[in-house]
Amino acid sequence: MEEGVVNEILQGPLRDVFDSKQLITDISGSGNNWAVGHKVFGHLYQEQILEKLRKSAEHCDCLQCFFVIHSMGGGTGSGLGTFLLKVLEDEFPEVYRFVTSIYPSGEDDVITSPYNSILAMKELNEHADCVLPVDNQSLFDIISKIDLMVNSGKLGTTVKPKSLVTSSAGAFKKRQEKPFDAMNNIVANLLLNLTSSARFEGSLNMDLNEISMNLVPFPQLHYLVSSLTPLYTLADVNIPPRRLDQMFSDAFSKDHQLIQADPKHSLYLACALMVRGNVQISDLRRNIERLKPSLQFVSWNQEGWKTSLCSVPPVGHCHSLLALANNTCVKPTFMDLRERFTRLYKKKAHLHHYLQIEGMEESCFSEALSSLSALIQEYSQLDATKSMPVEDLPRLSVAV
Amino acid sequence: MSIVTVQLGQCGNQIGFEVFDALFSDSHCTQGLCSKRENEAYRSSCKERFFNEEENGVPIARAVLVDMEPKVINQTLSKAVQSSRWKYGQRSCFCQKQGSGNNWAYGYSVHGPRHEESVMNLIQKEVEKCDSLGGFFIIMSMAGGTGSGLGTFITQNLQDQYSSSLKMNHIIWPYGTGEVIVQNYNSILTLSHLYRSSDALLVHENDAVHKICAKLMNIKQISFNNINQVIAHQLGSVFQPTYSEEGSFHYRRNPLGDLMENLVPHPEFKMLGVRDVPRMSENSLAYSTFTWAGLLKRLRQMLISNAKMEEGIDWQVQPPLSRLPTLGKRSLSEQLRFNTSIANLVVLRGKDVHSADVAGFKDPALYTSWLGPDNAFNVWTTQRAFSKYEKSAALVSNSQFLVKPLDMIVSKAWNMFASKAYIHQYTKFGIEEEDFLDSFTLLEQVVASYCNL
Repeated sequence: MEEGVVNEILQGPLRDVFDSKQLITDISGSGNNWAVGHKVFGHLYQEQILEKLRKSAEHCDCLQCFFVIHSMGGGTGSGLGTFLLKVLEDEFPEVYRFVTSIYPSGEDDVITSPYNSILAMKELNEHADCVLPVDNQSLFDIISKIDLMVNSGKLGTTVKPKSLVTSSAGAFKKRQEKPFDAMNNIVANLLLNLTSSARFEGSLNMDLNEISMNLVPFPQLHYLVSSLTPLYTLADVNIPPRRLDQMFSDAFSKDHQLIQADPKHSLYLACALMVRGNVQISDLRRNIERLKPSLQFVSWNQEGWKTSLCSVPPVGHCHSLLALANNTCVKPTFMDLRERFTRLYKKKAHLHHYLQIEGMEESCFSEALSSLSALIQEYSQLDATKSMPVEDLPRLSVAV
Repeated sequence: MSIVTVQLGQCGNQIGFEVFDALFSDSHCTQGLCSKRENEAYRSSCKERFFNEEENGVPIARAVLVDMEPKVINQTLSKAVQSSRWKYGQRSCFCQKQGSGNNWAYGYSVHGPRHEESVMNLIQKEVEKCDSLGGFFIIMSMAGGTGSGLGTFITQNLQDQYSSSLKMNHIIWPYGTGEVIVQNYNSILTLSHLYRSSDALLVHENDAVHKICAKLMNIKQISFNNINQVIAHQLGSVFQPTYSEEGSFHYRRNPLGDLMENLVPHPEFKMLGVRDVPRMSENSLAYSTFTWAGLLKRLRQMLISNAKMEEGIDWQVQPPLSRLPTLGKRSLSEQLRFNTSIANLVVLRGKDVHSADVAGFKDPALYTSWLGPDNAFNVWTTQRAFSKYEKSAALVSNSQFLVKPLDMIVSKAWNMFASKAYIHQYTKFGIEEEDFLDSFTLLEQVVASYCNL
């Protein structure tokens, strides 16, 4: 809803990739206000947006899913972005809605981000098929780790060009200038790997609709924690590539998750492993057997693994792994968000900016809060089953 | 008579390719260890069953390829063309742009009705190319969405449209630990429906074949190609031509019919398993010799001890001394240490096959009380060696082989069903909890029937 970012894209190296007729901009932005994005601009641009969506959809032989990419903490991405979800659901009910949401970190500089996030969460709960939460702190930590490794000057630590998950260009960009580019590149790689099996051949394909089918056991529990490995490949040929098995182990370490979460010590509802490159079914099985004992799965899904093998690795690597986990480790992120929201809301701070928008009332806030609390409650209930022994239920008995 | 193969989904198409490749390679193999006349009769019989012929002499597989997304079929077609020995018909494929999402309900209730006409038309065309139709061989997996859901739908259609033709479904059981999270739901829905509409279910378990690759063939990094090639070899050793009553140079015309007649005497018992000996890596093959006595002894023990392969056979298991029911309830594992058979078929191929002694399989103690070995046991032979094995023996068995795996799948599906997890994905497309319960009931019945043999 402001022109700066879009203009930059249109002048950049990818300007020909985007259809300039499929862009919508306004002038003044949403002022970091979910209500402005959702109610004001939503209403204003609904027709235009629908028209452009229909146009894009017409060009598709078979439309399978929408990717919505936005942040939770601001006004446009958060407000207008979630407004769009409802529009997509009404207009294209059979098409999956995958949402990549950037959650605000602890040191977020937007004061109203808790309000925006909670209001957006309610929409995500109700209208998204699948949400991939990401937060900036985790992305930044990953970059720092890579920087440390690359700049350590240790022998044999030159990174193979084009293999960095943080940069698509061969050379390094100066961190001070554009730190977000590197971080965003990680998210771009996430989406690349997610769609690789749909774009390339493999011995065990996995389409996007299979992600929702296998990883969403109950409609509300559709938040998937993602992790990407490897983050880089060393250029020195004499150093053997990090062993395949190490790649699998890394995927479960909390340093590789794209949000602040520790899935290993929480409860898994389901887990997907999407492998690319020269990896065969026996490698996959060996690693699942190896890692299974240290992970806790919910009682009714003890073997809750979904796997896929794509033959084509990403540029610069010989293999890679994307792990998607439906895991109760998202709970702390949500609880933290609720905490920050409550601190502001108790004092009614900045509330008037929202309430002065037509269509916004205090009930919007309380409903959003209870929606989030209900979700947290569900995760808590599942967590409570963690240490309970797994028993087989009595079966149907039949007369012979 | 000819067999029309229907390949469904990624698994069905990947395996289908390996099967036709194995059949073709074997029938053109120069190491048949028999006379030229014999070899020609064999080759011509194989061709009648599985291949059509183009004007320029290139054989075309009698197959229909179906998948709901294009990548696998394209790959399969081009692999066949690249081999430049045989290929698939140009217009024998049906493809869509979007898969079934591992959802049985989507494959069965959405894709099925939507594409019924197109797929059945393709099958009809293939049937018309046959002088005489022996039946259908449907290759599918249970775990996914297309093979399982659409495969079930098509099988039901075949039952309606070709009610006098036989249908054998070749079903791949997924690895016990996750290929697909909802695989147990998809499996029970598939099996329960197919039990009503198919004539026989021939099963291959990924776990078992994986072990064969690892232990017997010493493959280090096992791929799905390896797995599929083992499966194709086993199927080939069953379905390649064997002598009819007239013996040498005369091959039986109706393999599917004969198989059903021999192995499925009662509609409640349809589950068939395959075992074969010997099995080793090609390198070792050149240095090994076998005797029929040795091979048959191993095969028999594999049968009665329910071994999945010829390593680690439990030689302690012996047929029970009396067939009287024991007092008190036994656990499932106790009950199944000895594998009781309903019917068995042994297929012998190779040198000196007439000297092979199959008396061990005719022991009445191996079989249930209501079918004696005269009816329950059959043997097919040919002197023509199969696929470079000087002697080879395959066993197709309708026995308690699959009770434990079936029980396991039902158990896991039941536990998941109790929590109602994932059910909304199925009800979205018209498969209700009632349908699940019906499936459970039917399969518990099957498990119980087999257990009580």
